[in-house]
Amino acid sequence: MKSIILRTASNYLLPLLLLFSVFVLLRGHYLPGGGFIGGLVASIAFVLHAFAHGLRKAQRYFPIHPGFLMPIGLTLSLLSGFLPILIGDQAFLTGLWMADPLPVIGMVGTALFFDLGVYIVVVGVTLTIIFTISETA
Amino acid sequence: MNVHDFLYYVILPTLTLSVLLVFYRFLRGPSLSDRVVALDLLITIGIGIIAVYAILTNQSSFLDIAMILALIAFLGTVAFSYYLEKREKNE
Repeated sequence: MKSIILRTASNYLLPLLLLFSVFVLLRGHYLPGGGFIGGLVASIAFVLHAFAHGLRKAQRYFPIHPGFLMPIGLTLSLLSGFLPILIGDQAFLTGLWMADPLPVIGMVGTALFFDLGVYIVVVGVTLTIIFTISETA
Repeated sequence: MNVHDFLYYVILPTLTLSVLLVFYRFLRGPSLSDRVVALDLLITIGIGIIAVYAILTNQSSFLDIAMILALIAFLGTVAFSYYLEKREKNE
């Protein structure tokens, strides 16, 4: 697409939307939000960039194919489930939390890493689907 | 008349009426571009309704949903126009 307005806007929208997706991800444990919505917002950012600048430039942001993000995210979620078994001798997927909240991020626990895995999986799935569709179309 | 009454008796009926009018254009729309613009406008009015509802119920989390809906509507309109342009080139 040859619209200069869209191109200039999408240059600023990409980092802004990624920041918003991280905000939604971090807020997600007690309030609306979470890994799924955050991943969708992040993939919308890349899809918008792909529409404005072409598919190749959007794919250049990923050193690996986005399909490989799916096993990475699933492994992260699985490890966050196994962490209580390994260190605390507790049941699978028990929520372990740090004693004090970190500045900016807030409370860090295994639920956050589980959500981060969901985020990575959603970004991988959505971008794989949309890149494949727009390559063939 | 306070803000709640104003929202209930003026803003929400206006938005509802505009939804009906835009939906008529969406059904009738002579060309495909009219329908795309009508769809975009429908979602924009929906965002307005969500914003009014967020004020009425005092829940700020509805505004985040309105923001994500605005994003998706914008992306949808861009994608529609992209493929409309592509189709015109092919013909």
